[in-house]
Formats: sequence, structure tokens, C-alpha cells
Amino acid sequence: MTTLQHKETNVAAHLTKADLQNLADELDSIRAQIIAERGGRDAKYIRTVIASQRKLELASRGVLLASIFPPAWLLGTAGLALAKILENMEIGHNVLHGQWDWMRDPAIHSSTWEWDMACPADMWKHAHNELHHTYTNVLGKDNDLGYGIMRVDEEQPWSPFYLAQPLWNFLNMCVFEYGIAAYDLEIGKYLKGRTDKATFKRQVRGVLGKIKKQALKDYVLHPLLSGPSFGPTLAANAVANLVRNVWSHSVIMCGHFPSGVETFTKRSVVGETRGEWYLRQMLGSANISGGRLLHLLSGNLSFQIEHHLYPDLPSNRYAEIAPQVQAIFAKYGLPYVSGPLPKQVASAWLKVIRLSLPSQVYKAPKQAPLELAAAA
Amino acid sequence: MTTMLRGLGRLAESITTPLLPSDYLDLLDPLRAGAPLRGRIVAVEPETADAATLVIRPGRGWTGHRPGQYVRVGVDVNGVRHWRAYSLTNAPRRDGFLSITVKAIPNGLVSNHLVRAAKPGDLLHLDQATGDFTMPESPDERPAKILFVTGGSGITPVLGMLRNHDLGDVVLVHSAPTAGDVIAADELRGRTDIRLIELHTDTQGMLDAHLLAELVPDHAERETWACGPVGLLDLLEEIHTDRADSLHVERFRPSVLVTGEGGTVTVGGKQVEAGGTSPILDAAESAGVLMPSGCRMGICYGCVLPLTDGAVRDLRTGTITEAGPGVLVQTCISGAAGNCEIGAKA
Repeated sequence: MTTLQHKETNVAAHLTKADLQNLADELDSIRAQIIAERGGRDAKYIRTVIASQRKLELASRGVLLASIFPPAWLLGTAGLALAKILENMEIGHNVLHGQWDWMRDPAIHSSTWEWDMACPADMWKHAHNELHHTYTNVLGKDNDLGYGIMRVDEEQPWSPFYLAQPLWNFLNMCVFEYGIAAYDLEIGKYLKGRTDKATFKRQVRGVLGKIKKQALKDYVLHPLLSGPSFGPTLAANAVANLVRNVWSHSVIMCGHFPSGVETFTKRSVVGETRGEWYLRQMLGSANISGGRLLHLLSGNLSFQIEHHLYPDLPSNRYAEIAPQVQAIFAKYGLPYVSGPLPKQVASAWLKVIRLSLPSQVYKAPKQAPLELAAAA
Repeated sequence: MTTMLRGLGRLAESITTPLLPSDYLDLLDPLRAGAPLRGRIVAVEPETADAATLVIRPGRGWTGHRPGQYVRVGVDVNGVRHWRAYSLTNAPRRDGFLSITVKAIPNGLVSNHLVRAAKPGDLLHLDQATGDFTMPESPDERPAKILFVTGGSGITPVLGMLRNHDLGDVVLVHSAPTAGDVIAADELRGRTDIRLIELHTDTQGMLDAHLLAELVPDHAERETWACGPVGLLDLLEEIHTDRADSLHVERFRPSVLVTGEGGTVTVGGKQVEAGGTSPILDAAESAGVLMPSGCRMGICYGCVLPLTDGAVRDLRTGTITEAGPGVLVQTCISGAAGNCEIGAKA
């Protein structure tokens, strides 16, 4: 029988231990195939994206020098918002995952990259690559699940604090880059006395230093360069950052929040096999369907499932392997959760709103966290 | 003035943070002054069936070289950056272009790419020229009689010297498999100021001490510069045992003599499986770790890193080095002797 503890709603209950082994082998072979193939075409892709992003940013900031004229303001703001989105999503997030380390180019390497974000790259890499990607959707272990301030699963006990969680989520969305910095600092853990004081202070200094640099650039220096356009340029930069924040928050909510995505208990990950790890990534992630522009602007996180299976494969490959991955889902009878952006965003928001209320108020939950048991 | 410039530089950095101004300037001119040193291929000129000369326009930061020196070249082959050292072979040029002459070695990823796939317009990454396989700068300090002993692409640093210096009494003994494999053959055969002795090893066999004495009876009176395969260099070192001062040697590849068991190397936050016959540098690079590197043959010490745990084996001698405080190892000639850990550059 299965190593997954049977739950009423366990969508993986029919899989045997042998099935999971085969599943792991098949997913491993897709990975091996891409690693064997990746080369000049991929390198050209990321270099083109990086060069285009930099040109777009330069051009947009150039246009904003005349932002006192409304058409220049509009054009410059739109361009800058787009450049910031590309920088964070398709470039920063993926470079920091080490997706391009194999090129051995020190200019495009996870160990040297810094991004246009309040959270310093080093700190984010720990919180994101080590914690979120290892403990994906494990309640109490994965900070991305509700960012420590929200109730994201029926199993989490309700308290009146959560009544306001739609508001918390909205505010977090608007200042998302600072929100990420705050929860990557693991403030809650520090307050409970579980973080070394010196380490925490060093990290806080790092974040504040980064915020200072970022703010100086966007809210002082570039406005000053604009001379008479000081005010409009400042506003343009603020709007571009806001647009980027709202966009990345929305894309990321679609990755693990929409209905159909599973959460897992802490016990699931004890002694987890490779097959069970893959299974957790498959059931704990959701894709966004759409065209090439959507995939580019989402940093290919629209292929969240493929990204979670292979966090360090080049992002331009996710679209290519998606059909193979989907075939594996079908073969093992697992739900491949995917939908257009508006639908997924709405679904995620509805969940946030629903869970702000105590469980008795609405209909009994369809989903409980899965427990992927360790023992055979 | 410098304070002001530095202030301006810092201001520019604040404007471009988290990137640097150079990240944007690179889009416009990758060869500009102050950029990381790069070069653009201007021409690829075939030499033999498997060798070519690449003419390169260096970035404005290039500080020049002495004939006989080599330059490290970073080449992107199928998306992956590889670094190799090649001798500079150009004669003095008004346009300041450089040339390197590359022989494609069997299964050589980089040399085959440069000879067969590289094309004008390609960007290369460069280091400044280095190496002490050179002639004294002042003609007065040069020996009266010179012997060059070269094999295969070992001719390249000597070409650099012959094209730039008037060296007087020169004998060049060059080994190549056949007459068609001689790089710059027409030029060398046409030179009346040097005595060229070609040895076509496919038919005439390899050079040995006896043959050298026969071909160059006065070789003992000649200061010798030798570059070529390990066997050739070993031969000359043996001949010059008593007068090592009069021999200059350039090695192109590390001479791997010993093999060990290999192991898991922890380096740059990654766990890398390293075989016992290949350098830790290669294994780490293959795993995507950014490693400092230099000549890749154990002479320049550009690749040294602290060995913080375990042990490594010198692939040239078999000597084992164990971890300890302050222990540094050359990753380009060290293989894993069991599991070990390499720290970050101090």
C-alpha cells in the first residue's frame, strides 16, 4: 500500500511506493535531458533578456528626465515598471536560484548577483531557496505560506486577528518588497528568542542598508537628476515600484494559494523519499496559463509546478518540458492545477477572505493538509 | 581631483545600484578603458589543417606584452565559460591587435572551438599577458648563441620571439608529425637569419639526446628555450642537468603522473564529486562553482584556495597535503584524496 497516510481527500492515495519510485525516475530523466542539452541557446536567451532589460530601464529613466510632461511620465513609468518586473522576476529570482551558474560567467552567477529589492540577495537565497523550496507548503515550516501573518489552512486555529487578513494581504501586496525583507528576517522567530541576537542585528543592518540605497536611488537621486521634473519622477518611481510589488505578489499568490493546491503537515517531511518530495512539489504548486509575454513577465513562475520540480533549471526551459511533466501527472492520476491569471488571483484572494472567518461560518473545508507519512 | 573623481564614481554607483555603472557601459562598449579586459576577434587565419591564428583587438586596458609571454583567454563554448592560456604570436603591429595561434588538440573543447567555430566579431575575455619564457629586453643581455627546441604548438611562443627580436645566431629544432603540420611553415622555411631543423616525427622518430648532438653539435654552447610536449621538456632537462641556468622551459599542460581515489569535494557551498585523476578545479567548474584560476598547469598560483578539511593529492608528484590552518592548495593540479573541503579565497 501507499506510504501516504490515507485521508478522505488525499489525491495521491492511489499511489504505491513503487509508483513513487517510478515517478521520481521519470522526473529525474527529464532533468537529466535538460542538463545534457542546455548550452549556447540558453546562454543567448538570458544574455538577451538581461541586455534588453537594462536598455529598457535606461531608456525609461531617460524619458522620465522630462516627466514633467504627462506623456513622458506615462511612457517612462510604464517602461520602468516593466523593467523592474523583468529585473525581479525573469532575471533576479532565476539567477539567484543558480539557474545560470553553469555558464561560469561571474557577471550572471547566483554568488555575485544583487537585485533591485529591499531584501539583500544572500538573505533571500536562504529564506527562499533553502526554506521555501525545501519545505514547500509545509504548514509551520514554509514562511511563504501566509508569510507568518495569515491563516492559510483550515487546520490553523482561527483567532480574531485573522479577521483583518484580507487587509494584511492587501497592504503586503502594496509594499511587497519590504514585506519579503521583513519575513526573510524571520522576525517572529527572533521575538521567540530562537535567533542569535548578533546574527539578527547583522541581518537587520543589511536590510536597512539595502533599503537606504534603493530609496536614495529611486526617491532622491533620479528625481534630482530630473531637475524641474523632480516631483513627477519621484512619483513615477514610486508607482513603478508599486506596480512591480502588486504584480509579483499576485504571481506568487497564484503559485501556492489557488484552490486545488495542497498543504502538508510537518510530519510529512520526516524521512521523505525523493518520490515523496517530488509529489509534494507537484501537489503544492499551481501554474498560470497564458501567452509568452505572461510567462516572461512572471519570470516563468507561471510554470510554478515545473519550477518547483526543477528550481535550478534555466527558466526558458520550463515551457518546453511542461507537456512532458503534464503527461506524468496524467499517467499517475494527479491533478495539474492551472488556470488563467484572473481566475487564479481571484481564487487565491477568495481563500484569504474565506479563511479570515472561523471555520464554523462557512461550509466545511474541502481540503485538509495532507500527511505524507514517512514510514513504509 | 582624484577625490572628486572618486566622489563622482560613488555617485554614479548610487544612481545605478544594485548594478554598477559598468554594467550599463558594457552594453555600449565592452572594450572601453576601465572595463574588465576583453578582446574582439578581428580575423581567423588558418595555419595548418588543425591550427589557426586569431587576430584580436584587445580592450583599451591592455598593457602590452613581451614576446614569448602567454595570455589567458576566456571563451564561451556552447554557453559555458572556459579559460585557457595561449602564447602571443604577433609581430609588432601599428593597430595594436594581438594574435594567438591555436592548435586543435583531439577532444579539446576550447582549441577546437577557436580553430573551427570562432569567427570575427566574437567577444573573448582576457587577462593581461604573463609568463617569463622571454628574451632579455636589452639586446646586450641576450646570449650570443641561441637554441630553440619546440614541438607541435610549442612553436608559438618562439614565433612571438622570432617575429619581434633580431636574435643573431639562432638554431631552431622543431618537431611536428609531418611537414604539413608545421605551424607558420612558409615563414620559418623562408627565413635566412635562422637555421631551421625540422624533425617530422611520423617518419623520423622523436628527438633524443643523441640526435640532438648530431643535429646541433654545438648545442652545449647555446642558451636554450624549449616548449613542447612533456617528453621533449624532460629530455632537455636531463641534458641540462649540470647547467640548468642555460635552459628556459614553458609547459602548456600539467604533467599528470599519479592518480588517487577521488572523493566528494565541498566547495563554494556545493558538494562536488571529483575523480582521482582530474583536478579539483575542473570538477568544481563543471558543477557551476566560480573558481579562481590561472595557468591551469601549476605554475602561476592564481587558483590557490584554503584546504579546510580532508586531503588533496598533487597530481604531478603524488604528494598528499592535509588540511590545517593556513594550508593553501593549487586546485588546478590537486586531485581529491578522499572527501575534502575547499574554503573561500581569503
